[in-house]
Amino acid sequence: MLRTDLTLSMRLSTDFCTSGLIPRALGILGVTDEATDKTVTMQKTAAPKTSAKPKISSKNVCVFYGEKQALFDVSLDIPEHAVTALIGPSGCGKSTYLRCINRMNDVIDIARVTGKIELDGVDIYDPSIDVVELRARVGMVFQKPNPFPKSIFENVAYGPRIHGLTRDKTDLEELVVTSLKRASLFDEVKDRLDDPGTSLSGGQQQRLCIARAIATQPEVILMDEPASALDPIATARIEELIDELRQNYTILIVTHSMQQAARVSQKTAFFHLGHLVEHGDTDQIFTNPKDQRTQDYITGRFG
Amino acid sequence: MFQDNEHIVRSYDEELSALANRLAAMGELTTNLLDDAMRALIERDAALAKATVAKDGEIDELERKVEEQVILTIAKRQPMAQDLRQVMAAIRIAADLERIGDMGKNIAKRALAISAASHPDDLLRGIEHMHEMGRSQLKDVLEAYLNRDADKALEVWRQDAEIDAKYNALFRELLTYMMEDPRNIGLCTHLLFCAKNIERIGDHTTNIAETIAFLVNGEPIDGERPKKDVTSQTPFTGEPDT
Repeated sequence: MLRTDLTLSMRLSTDFCTSGLIPRALGILGVTDEATDKTVTMQKTAAPKTSAKPKISSKNVCVFYGEKQALFDVSLDIPEHAVTALIGPSGCGKSTYLRCINRMNDVIDIARVTGKIELDGVDIYDPSIDVVELRARVGMVFQKPNPFPKSIFENVAYGPRIHGLTRDKTDLEELVVTSLKRASLFDEVKDRLDDPGTSLSGGQQQRLCIARAIATQPEVILMDEPASALDPIATARIEELIDELRQNYTILIVTHSMQQAARVSQKTAFFHLGHLVEHGDTDQIFTNPKDQRTQDYITGRFG
Repeated sequence: MFQDNEHIVRSYDEELSALANRLAAMGELTTNLLDDAMRALIERDAALAKATVAKDGEIDELERKVEEQVILTIAKRQPMAQDLRQVMAAIRIAADLERIGDMGKNIAKRALAISAASHPDDLLRGIEHMHEMGRSQLKDVLEAYLNRDADKALEVWRQDAEIDAKYNALFRELLTYMMEDPRNIGLCTHLLFCAKNIERIGDHTTNIAETIAFLVNGEPIDGERPKKDVTSQTPFTGEPDT
């Protein structure tokens, strides 16, 4: 119930944000003889903010790879049940930031993270945190589809099995089917669940990876360029899927495609040279960014 | 507001500047057409009136070209932020200029219709004065567009009320002439429509000013549009104005 409410308020706020532009564009063209005695009122685009508590809250996050600092004082709140896009040129730190959220940087020996990242108000870098459990709550989908060299069924069943999420075989089968359905893949693979995951097409493999990520029943899904290796049709499927998934999950997506960021996300954060330059409602970032660097980047003026 | 850095893809810059140039050309054609229409009216020049009517086709053609160009740019480049506002502004301004051209054409047609009649001079002076106001507003707004000058656009936006006020005065004056002598009605009706056309040119100019403010600032002008045209609420009493 709480979830539905949050999603609704999120939707309302984005709708409200767009409402300033288009109706006015129409009104401006429709000035007629009769219209002259009416007063034309203009709306100011308000900046609505969702008051809901952020799912993820980061404060002054810095990341060092050895001597080199990759991320500088990033403070960013990620709202629940929404898609947040991280954009910026290569090497800007967006993937580094993404990897902080499920502590993927831990596996790099020379990486050091300072600052604070909270998931539901709990510091995820606290020594008492079980990283394996954290990664079950914060799933990840990578740029290149990377199914395990196992059957389609086993790919999805693997996570729930090692985390002990299901009681018995029927339970597990049910979870696999639900996950495949949520990833919009079930209908295409239901007759060949024992085939190897690698026998699928690229787009199907990526949806299999999403199904695998969903199967551990995460709350957050991190996507690092999930569609960059896919053709336009497979990309559209993934985008449609992301749109559906945000009802139940909090999604962060790193993408180099500006159009994709504009299409799938509600919030956008722009990174440049390791700094978070600007973040806000996607509708605002792509029509009226406040920072010159954001403007230059999204309009193709520097790389 | 923003410095205009160049795009990485140079042909994109070329497309956008071609669009701005085409609008500037449209603006100049429109201004000239209005001048010619007014001169034809005042000097009772039937030949000029006819030529002016024909000229409107060029403006229509330019509007079509602007539209085509905008659609192509959207399809090819998927413009964002200031670029997106630029192409949206172009298509809106082109539509307003096209309408202004139509108003000018209508004035020229009426000039032709009444070129044989003798006009009372002070009536024409009133219309001419209105025309000058409208023309200078249009000139200012086109300049504001070229220079991406939102402050200047806002100034134009505020001044439209003056044209409206002038129109109200002319409206009453023409009504008085008609009541004085029914033989004036034909002529005065034509002149009234000419004045109304200029008043509406002012409205389209105000639209353009709003578009420029949006183009530059990314936000619509805040506040109510100043409006002083009250003729649609003026009752006809049958009594000459005193």
